[in-house]
Amino acid sequence: MKINKYLAFALTMAMTAGMAACGSNAASGSNSESDEGKPASVSKSSESELSGSDKVYKIGVLQYMPHDALDAANEGFFRALDDLGIKYDKDDQNAGGEQSACQTIAETLVNDGKDLIFAIATPAAQAVAGVTSDIPVVVTAVTDPADAGLVASNDAPGGNVTGTSDLTPVAEQIALVKKINPDAKKVGFLYCSAEANSEFQIGLAKEACKKEGLEYDDYSISNTNEIQTVVESAVGKVDVLYSPTDNMVANAMSTVSMVANENKIPVIVGEQGMCDNGGLITYGINYSELGYKAGQMAAKILTGESKPADMPIEYLSEEQCKLQINEETEAALGLDLSALKN
Amino acid sequence: MNGLLLSVQGAISQGVLWGILVLGVYITFRILDVADLTVDGSFATGACVCGALIVNGGWNPVLATLVAVLAGALAGALTGVLHAIFEIPAILAGILSQLALYSINLRIMGSKPNIPMPNSESIFTWLVKITGWKQSMVSLLVGVVIAVIVILILYWFFGTEIGATLRATGNNEDMVRALGVSTKQAKILGLTISNALVGLSGALVCQSQKYADVSAGIGAIVIGLAAIVIGEILLGMLRSFGGKLISVIIGSVVYFIIRALVLRMGMNANDMKLISAVIVILALSVPVLWEKWKIRHAYSEGGIR
Repeated sequence: MKINKYLAFALTMAMTAGMAACGSNAASGSNSESDEGKPASVSKSSESELSGSDKVYKIGVLQYMPHDALDAANEGFFRALDDLGIKYDKDDQNAGGEQSACQTIAETLVNDGKDLIFAIATPAAQAVAGVTSDIPVVVTAVTDPADAGLVASNDAPGGNVTGTSDLTPVAEQIALVKKINPDAKKVGFLYCSAEANSEFQIGLAKEACKKEGLEYDDYSISNTNEIQTVVESAVGKVDVLYSPTDNMVANAMSTVSMVANENKIPVIVGEQGMCDNGGLITYGINYSELGYKAGQMAAKILTGESKPADMPIEYLSEEQCKLQINEETEAALGLDLSALKN
Repeated sequence: MNGLLLSVQGAISQGVLWGILVLGVYITFRILDVADLTVDGSFATGACVCGALIVNGGWNPVLATLVAVLAGALAGALTGVLHAIFEIPAILAGILSQLALYSINLRIMGSKPNIPMPNSESIFTWLVKITGWKQSMVSLLVGVVIAVIVILILYWFFGTEIGATLRATGNNEDMVRALGVSTKQAKILGLTISNALVGLSGALVCQSQKYADVSAGIGAIVIGLAAIVIGEILLGMLRSFGGKLISVIIGSVVYFIIRALVLRMGMNANDMKLISAVIVILALSVPVLWEKWKIRHAYSEGGIR
């Protein structure tokens, strides 16, 4: 009996290792269904006559996970192509937040010989960029493409990858602290320590806090089960919580706002979706616009107007970011932020 | 100080809700003597079923919770069949179920890894409306009431003939078989009941946290084992079966209090998993080493002087 257990354990370990190693061959059955199950959607040609060619481009999409912000970027991208009169045959794939699925889907899209691949969020972008060096790749919702190893530099990508960055206006978000609570002294950073994007933004937030003369403290999480405990551990220690565009916190925003509102702590968040789910305020990226910008870049690549190698990473302009306040949370905290809203 | 109190209060309410999962783990780990890793999957199944039914289906939270219990039970039955009928070793059977459940959980949630339920009705929001208390107080109350009911049911069940068979199976499987009783059925039943409780815990935690997430169960088995061994260290003198069940819940609460205090002291959350693993390893290995030491020192050269 005992020996059986050890055997099972060893076998399990071996299996896990095997699966990790050949993840591309195992478990790829689930991804093929959208190829056959649904007819590929071919966009109706729109009214604009910007591109005269009738070529239908094969575009593969790899979205890291279903998520309000990423869905909006996906929608914006194709809205741009429609507006520019590009005809396409879309193969829209979602990895459900799994690295190994990203890898599998990326390989499938590359093997299909797409004309262009659109990757949403850093892990998806890294997977696609790792598989192909000749098919043009347009990425979006990546905070720092150079840091993620996708491009040589953000100003001169130099390879087959370019796109739009969702680097949030972190400094402007931290500037909200004093506007909400002029007496605030300490900010708590709530983020998942395993997300590179978040680490990067927290670095910027620390710079911004130093400039504003605010103290700060890290409240990092490693697992969704810890969120309530971590937020509770910040109560009585910080005046304001700040969370960047962090996937784990975004998913648990209802818990965060529940604890924070009961204890009258304002939460400044990185993006609109987090604000909709209970965060007090954000000065954030409009992901639909971000996707739209990526779509415009993709159109230029498809029509041969320019190459990814010489298209710098683009950012949303100051005007394309907008202030958003969750009024329910505002009422729950007993704040009056009407001065900010004009 | 106010913040510290809040941390402890939140930890107690979470500890009780997770305590129901720990009762489930206790049934497999201590009574059946099987390490069941289905838990990481079935906890998320409970949360996903409950969240999906409340948010996407508009169900009554109590009914949704009951369906989550059934879903957990099914997951446990799957592991039971793999282990008892197909004779796959228990650890591997649990891992296979856990793996399968990940995809099933995503399907249940409509291919979304996360369902936020900030404004959905739940058992807890009803009580918050009625009493006007804070959510963590209400969670604690609901948790304690349900834990007491579950303990009473388990106490009764393990006193029945079937329940006694389960306990005997864990104690000495060969003997039970020699008496002409099927241990296969006992194991399947034990795993089913265990994971039904885990599903219940998942549904309650999801309602109190106001979101369901496909990764909700990650690390649940370690939390369960750590809570059991902490309960045994603290209340080892309780020999009766009822006392053991109560010590399981206490162990869970203490685990969550430790976690909250450690996080409050500013420790990196990433180290929590390591600490949990070390607690479990120490608690499981110290008694073994102690026994070995005692046996070795029971002999002396030249016999008894």
